[in-house]
Amino acid sequence: MEQRSGLAPGGLSPEDIAAKIKEKFPSGVTVTSVAPHRVFAKADRGALLQLCNFIKDSLNFEHVSCVGGVDWPAENKMQTVYHITSYANCATLEVVVDLPRDKPEVDSITPLWGGANWHERETYDMFGIVFLGHPKLERILNPEGTEVFPFRKDFVTGRRV
Amino acid sequence: MADLYTFIMGIATWLMGLIGGLFDWLTLHGVGDWFRSPGPIAFVTVFLVALVVFIVGFLVSITLIWEERKVLGRLMDRRGTQVGVLGLFQNFADGLKAFIKEIIIPTEVDVWAYNAAPIILIGASALLMGLIPMSDSWTLANINGGLLLVFAIFSVAPLAILVGGWASNNKYTIMGGMRAAAQLISYEVPLLLSLAGVVILVGSFNLGDIVHFQEANTWLIIPQFIGFMVFMVAAIAEVERIPFDLPEAEAELVEGWMTEYGGMRFGLILLSEYIRGFVACSIAVLLFLGGWSGPSFIWPEIWFIVKIFIVFFVWIWVRGALVRVTTKQILSLGWTRLMPLALINLAIAIGLRMFGVI
Amino acid sequence: MAEMWINMGPQHPMTHGLWNLRVKIDGETITEAEPVVGYLHRGWEKLTEHRMYPQIIPMADRLCYGASMSWSHLYCLTAEKLMDIECPERAKYIRTIVLEAQRIGSHLMWLAALGTDLGSYTIFLYPMRERELFLDLMQNLCGARMTYNYPRIGGVRNDVPANFERDFTRVLNHFEKKLKDYEALCDESTIFRMRTEGVGMLTPEDAKNLGVTGPNLRGSGVDYDIRRDDPYDAYPDIDFNVCTRDGCDAFSRYRVRIDEMYESCDIIRQAIKKMPEGPHRLKPPRNAPKGKSAWAHVEDPRGEGLMYIIGNGDDKPYRLKVRSPIFVTVSASPVMLKGYKVADVPSIMGSVDMCLGETDR
Repeated sequence: MEQRSGLAPGGLSPEDIAAKIKEKFPSGVTVTSVAPHRVFAKADRGALLQLCNFIKDSLNFEHVSCVGGVDWPAENKMQTVYHITSYANCATLEVVVDLPRDKPEVDSITPLWGGANWHERETYDMFGIVFLGHPKLERILNPEGTEVFPFRKDFVTGRRV
Repeated sequence: MADLYTFIMGIATWLMGLIGGLFDWLTLHGVGDWFRSPGPIAFVTVFLVALVVFIVGFLVSITLIWEERKVLGRLMDRRGTQVGVLGLFQNFADGLKAFIKEIIIPTEVDVWAYNAAPIILIGASALLMGLIPMSDSWTLANINGGLLLVFAIFSVAPLAILVGGWASNNKYTIMGGMRAAAQLISYEVPLLLSLAGVVILVGSFNLGDIVHFQEANTWLIIPQFIGFMVFMVAAIAEVERIPFDLPEAEAELVEGWMTEYGGMRFGLILLSEYIRGFVACSIAVLLFLGGWSGPSFIWPEIWFIVKIFIVFFVWIWVRGALVRVTTKQILSLGWTRLMPLALINLAIAIGLRMFGVI
Repeated sequence: MAEMWINMGPQHPMTHGLWNLRVKIDGETITEAEPVVGYLHRGWEKLTEHRMYPQIIPMADRLCYGASMSWSHLYCLTAEKLMDIECPERAKYIRTIVLEAQRIGSHLMWLAALGTDLGSYTIFLYPMRERELFLDLMQNLCGARMTYNYPRIGGVRNDVPANFERDFTRVLNHFEKKLKDYEALCDESTIFRMRTEGVGMLTPEDAKNLGVTGPNLRGSGVDYDIRRDDPYDAYPDIDFNVCTRDGCDAFSRYRVRIDEMYESCDIIRQAIKKMPEGPHRLKPPRNAPKGKSAWAHVEDPRGEGLMYIIGNGDDKPYRLKVRSPIFVTVSASPVMLKGYKVADVPSIMGSVDMCLGETDR
């Protein structure tokens, strides 16, 4: 089996990727841990778009695997969780961004990667997180005209779910 | 016009004699005589002949449907219909079902046109059955332009389809109707060109003459092989079978132009499709495969029907193995491939005739 | 003729599930397309927040009922990462075998659906006939034909039955011969190639950017397969080729899946030979640490499936997010549809292998 990790010439290992990110973003982005084929990081709301531009242009991250939301009412915050994959480096970067719960807004990464389009729409639909710069931020899975954001923790259905 | 007509005339004479006898018994001799005079007898004869021909054609078409279901089933590794003896009753069951269904007419359709479309279709198809001779004694219309007339009536179908598709007041049916009309009209040309080759060799449009020519010389499939192939492809397209059934493509247009038809109307449309298939197969047999000629230990009518079944078997095989062709590809196939082949075939026919080979 | 929007769906014989494809057509050519999904949304992710970890396994089966083993396995992999346990070697091999058999079953169902889309019921019935053999194997293994409920957090539910190796070998030998039949039926049919070649082009750059994964991505020439590049279970020890094709059209995507079926047969044979003895299951902890998150991704028959889970300190998850491959591929379908005719829609969407269960969750 052709071992592709280490890969094609120029393929970066997760440690290299972490080092490059730390170097480029001394503040605003913290790399929390590294594992085989994985890099875990936390980013500030303001630094997200710059980080994504950097990893897309310089580190060959071509593919958005997932964009999701989490609701933490106890800590009065919401999070968006991004998983972005690099085919060339065979590694996936997880970025967690904290947002204030009363005004959950973050930059949209759809202009960079079209693959995030529907993921961001779904996160808006379920949590109410607004993605600034998204081409078409509308409800996708719930019917039009739904007034609640179902996946928030304060949305209680009223009977055993 | 020999045996079948005289045979039925005998029956009609007997029948009218009975009815006349009844009136005689009622001492209404004038009426009884009128019943026994040649005019009414001829009228009843014609009526009975038409009935017999329709029933025979109908039964053969139904049996073609049975053959299709069984053979298609076996091609797909399943058994086909099992109702009744060998599955022969399934089609009657289906016909009965279509007959007893509730008649639903959507509100927004154009009622006259909506009803007219299946009428035109089944009427033309039934008329065609009368024009096909099954043997020398089963020839009802010995018309010198027989072949031309058959195809003229055959070509009424695009009209009915357009009318039906438009009258149903539905975006999908309009699209289906237009596709169907485009397909049928564009395949008329290679169809008729392939016939032209046969007519040039035989020198007549009369179907009986064509068969006699083949009995005398050779089955026309041999000198006109390209014509036969072109005819088969064009006929499959004309009858809207897979691979050319895009107008009825379930995957996109539900049933195409027939979507809004239900119950007996749909049954009639389906029946007329199979009757057209029967007529196209029988023309193929008449023109290229020697018609009813064959060893004389079986009636010529039976030979004719056996040959139709064999040609239809090839059509079913094609249906089982191939996928549907799209509209653009159908039209380009008709114009860019079949037309030149048909013209080449025509040139071959002219050449053969000129140099006196046949 | 003026441009008009048509709805293909939500009730339509072609759509492989309940969704609506709105296309704007100009005559017969498609100028724009907009898929509308959400008819099958069941609120799966919210439901999981009220279920104990083992109770979610049968729920995960129903995410994509066509490839259910793949999804419950993905969930178990994610939960194992959360609870920091690793399943025994024998379980890894069993999981690999079962996943590959599931891949074959899912691809066969895709081929059958493609046949109906294109109008040939023969291409529908032949793969369904072979799929029955694989469903029988699964039934011998875990008792179910469609939603298996077989993987467990920490292994698999039960060990393999008697005659496992003999049955699998018989089925695979028979199946490989039949696969050649399907190739003859489709590849060598001029009309099939006419319908699928040059249709639904998706350039590699578009594919990577729009998040398309799996056979759809490999049909555009991009060489990436999670089984090789980020392996899990027993895949590191198994030798196999990643199938790619360069055509970028519907025909390449079709060929990639046929090649993958051949490869899956090889993988199963190797895994059966190399399977070690040992326990098939570990007992996982009941609760997961609070605030800890974990994620895993696998090569689902339809693409990259990913699950992200956050533990809550007790026996129910705090959040479970599912990434479905077809959700993203459907959002990329307008790119594949633009410029083609309405009659090409079934071949294009058929080559994408849609499953609505995982799209809508």
